[in-house]
Amino acid sequence: MNGLERVMLRLFLVVALPAVLVVAWWFASDDSTDIYWPPLRTILSTFPDVWTGERLREDVLPSLLRLSAGYACAAVAGVALGTVIGSYRRVRAVCEPVLEFLRAVPPPVLVPVIMLFAGIGDTMKIAVIASGCVWPILLNTVEGVRAVDSVMSETARSYGVTGVARLRHLVLRSASPQIFAGLRQALSIGIILMVISEMFAASNGLGFTIVQFQRGFAIPDMWTGILLLGLLGFVLSVVFRLVERRALGWYHGLRDASRRSS
Amino acid sequence: MRGTNALLGAAGLTAFLALGEAVPRLGLVDEDYFPPTSRIADALATEFADEAFWTALGDTLTGWAIGLTIAVIAGILAGILISVTPYLREATASTIEFLRPIPSVALIPLAVLLYGTELRSVLLLVVYASFWQVLVQVMYGVQDVDPVAEETARSYGLGTWARVRHVLWPTALPYVMTGVRLAAAVALILAVTAELVIGAPGLGARIAVAQTSQAVPEMYALVVVTGLLGLLINVGARTVERRALAWHQSVRGEVAV
Amino acid sequence: MLDVSGLKKVYEGSGRRVEAVRDLTFTVDAGELVCLVGPSGCGKTTLLKCVGGLLTPTAGEVLVGGRRVTGPPPDMAVVFQEYGRSLFPWMRVRENVELPLRQKKLSSGRRRELVADALASVGLTDAAGAYPWQLSGGMQQRVAIARALAYEPEVLLMDEPFAAVDAQTRADLEDLVRGLWRQRGITILFVTHDIDEAVYLGERVLILSSSPTVVQEQLKVDLPADRDQLHTRVAPRFAELRTHVYEQIQAAKRGTPVDRVVKDLRSDAPPTK
Repeated sequence: MNGLERVMLRLFLVVALPAVLVVAWWFASDDSTDIYWPPLRTILSTFPDVWTGERLREDVLPSLLRLSAGYACAAVAGVALGTVIGSYRRVRAVCEPVLEFLRAVPPPVLVPVIMLFAGIGDTMKIAVIASGCVWPILLNTVEGVRAVDSVMSETARSYGVTGVARLRHLVLRSASPQIFAGLRQALSIGIILMVISEMFAASNGLGFTIVQFQRGFAIPDMWTGILLLGLLGFVLSVVFRLVERRALGWYHGLRDASRRSS
Repeated sequence: MRGTNALLGAAGLTAFLALGEAVPRLGLVDEDYFPPTSRIADALATEFADEAFWTALGDTLTGWAIGLTIAVIAGILAGILISVTPYLREATASTIEFLRPIPSVALIPLAVLLYGTELRSVLLLVVYASFWQVLVQVMYGVQDVDPVAEETARSYGLGTWARVRHVLWPTALPYVMTGVRLAAAVALILAVTAELVIGAPGLGARIAVAQTSQAVPEMYALVVVTGLLGLLINVGARTVERRALAWHQSVRGEVAV
Repeated sequence: MLDVSGLKKVYEGSGRRVEAVRDLTFTVDAGELVCLVGPSGCGKTTLLKCVGGLLTPTAGEVLVGGRRVTGPPPDMAVVFQEYGRSLFPWMRVRENVELPLRQKKLSSGRRRELVADALASVGLTDAAGAYPWQLSGGMQQRVAIARALAYEPEVLLMDEPFAAVDAQTRADLEDLVRGLWRQRGITILFVTHDIDEAVYLGERVLILSSSPTVVQEQLKVDLPADRDQLHTRVAPRFAELRTHVYEQIQAAKRGTPVDRVVKDLRSDAPPTK
């Protein structure tokens, strides 16, 4: 099989199944009269009507902003605390049971709790998102910081690389693959919490809108919302992967090299 | 070393609980919004005495267990099928990559419409979310199979099923266990979330009721219960994983030449 | 330049007490290249870490340039055996070499100069933009050596640096080290388990006993200063020296008392203390 044929085959494999599924959905639902499963044709045609530029600005944008704010807070807090806890064995031993418990609490359950303090505004949603996202980031940072290679650590020490320089050039860089794993998990949790916090109590937002459609039995509209949410999740994960590939280029190269040599 | 760590951990826990007692009492936060540890403990005791609590707990665990089982079986079957059938892995890769990041909560409105507050709406969410965890891990595990072992098995004329049993499964088992562990945690989160948002019977629904009736200490107590439940599941899953893999390692040790 | 007196290191932990190093006393003069050999497990690495300030000795002291070593001294550089774990994989070669220099408060121009110079002297100018894991084992160790060189240390410690490299590369690296030493006049303390390497490289060979370690013997290597892999290694004097060292190490492994074996083959300089 020559090069061009190989490329064509790969392209085919990437596109084939999704295309088949979409077509199957289209035809299976085309003459559907079930109000819960409107024809795909209807859903797609409703899409631009529902998600106008205005609605995107008024609902989707605030959702995304809240997600970003909560995620950013969680990232900063998680990495900072995780570095401290991971660097000192004693601190880790002291914190461990409490952390294990706190991270075991299903994050959506905290929505009613946080609502007590923060009301039902943006602060509440950002707090909810942050409180859920921080755990994977924090725990993964602790693991990453702990696992700094001993030889590398001694090398740094022997060359007088200590303190902030050590943190910057050695610890955080060495832990970054693990930290990114935590950031990735946190992203999926963040999206879930963004939607849930809006379903619970909001006046705008993607989750809020979808629930409004459901309550008002605007089923095709609801479906467009679900599709949009799915699309959002997909796009964010692609963006994340691109960012990760840039930041962790060295790590992927290192792993490939060691895999090849072994 | 272990002893000191356990002591330090206990100290940390005690300090945390003490803080939880002191901070509201000192007025640093409003007692109504953040009851002291002792009051939460009281509410917890009240809950334990309440039969409805135990029913709710049972409901949550039922949804969790059934959903997890379905997801694990489906995930393992799908994972193995996709991995052993030629070209199926590449063909499904794009679909999986697209469907995986879709937040399960997107299905909540659909679940509400279809099943209302029945168990099935909980199952819809739990199975959807947990399935991906298992599937991804199973596929990692299959990828990890030593090609030499596979070739050897094939040259000895072992059919597909025999190869799955003797080569694929032992290699994939650690990954499957990881997948089950992750799925178990996710299943709990989704079960409780579904109950919280949709109102299906269970701990989540009980929390929602406590919230609307402003029974704050009870709400906190239930949150603690979910945390403990999650903790038990995490620890339990890790223990099962270790046991299963201990057996697995020793078997592998025997078979390895 | 380097004075080690009465160095002792005892490891205590979980009920066991291991005396890795009992009493080490030796001196390395400025500009000398001294090799340390000994049976496996004789605490060579412990010794080197104590000298390098990475471990605190239980007793005794280490003086570098007359000053006591309490932590890693600023005019000392270490080259470790595990180059793969010593070089930072997220930095390119030139960044790895430059990193220690940033601690030294030099201007960026001066840093660049030192880096370029160091890479040139190990023959890796072309690899400056590569990542360490893209290079072979021998080249990675050269990067580690370049990093040490750029640091402009007074004393260079090398902990079995070529143990993890194949034989041919090892030969090249040995010549590299000797060449750099002759050019720059750094004081080098070279730890190895390879007897041939120790005799080939060193001006003096310190033979260590097995654990608990003391200096069993000091041997002066009176081979000519110009050495090369081909001719020096077949020279009769080389064979005599290495046989002697080998016998000493065998004796050390057997635990034979640490008396001087009187043979007229040996000609060593008595310790200066």
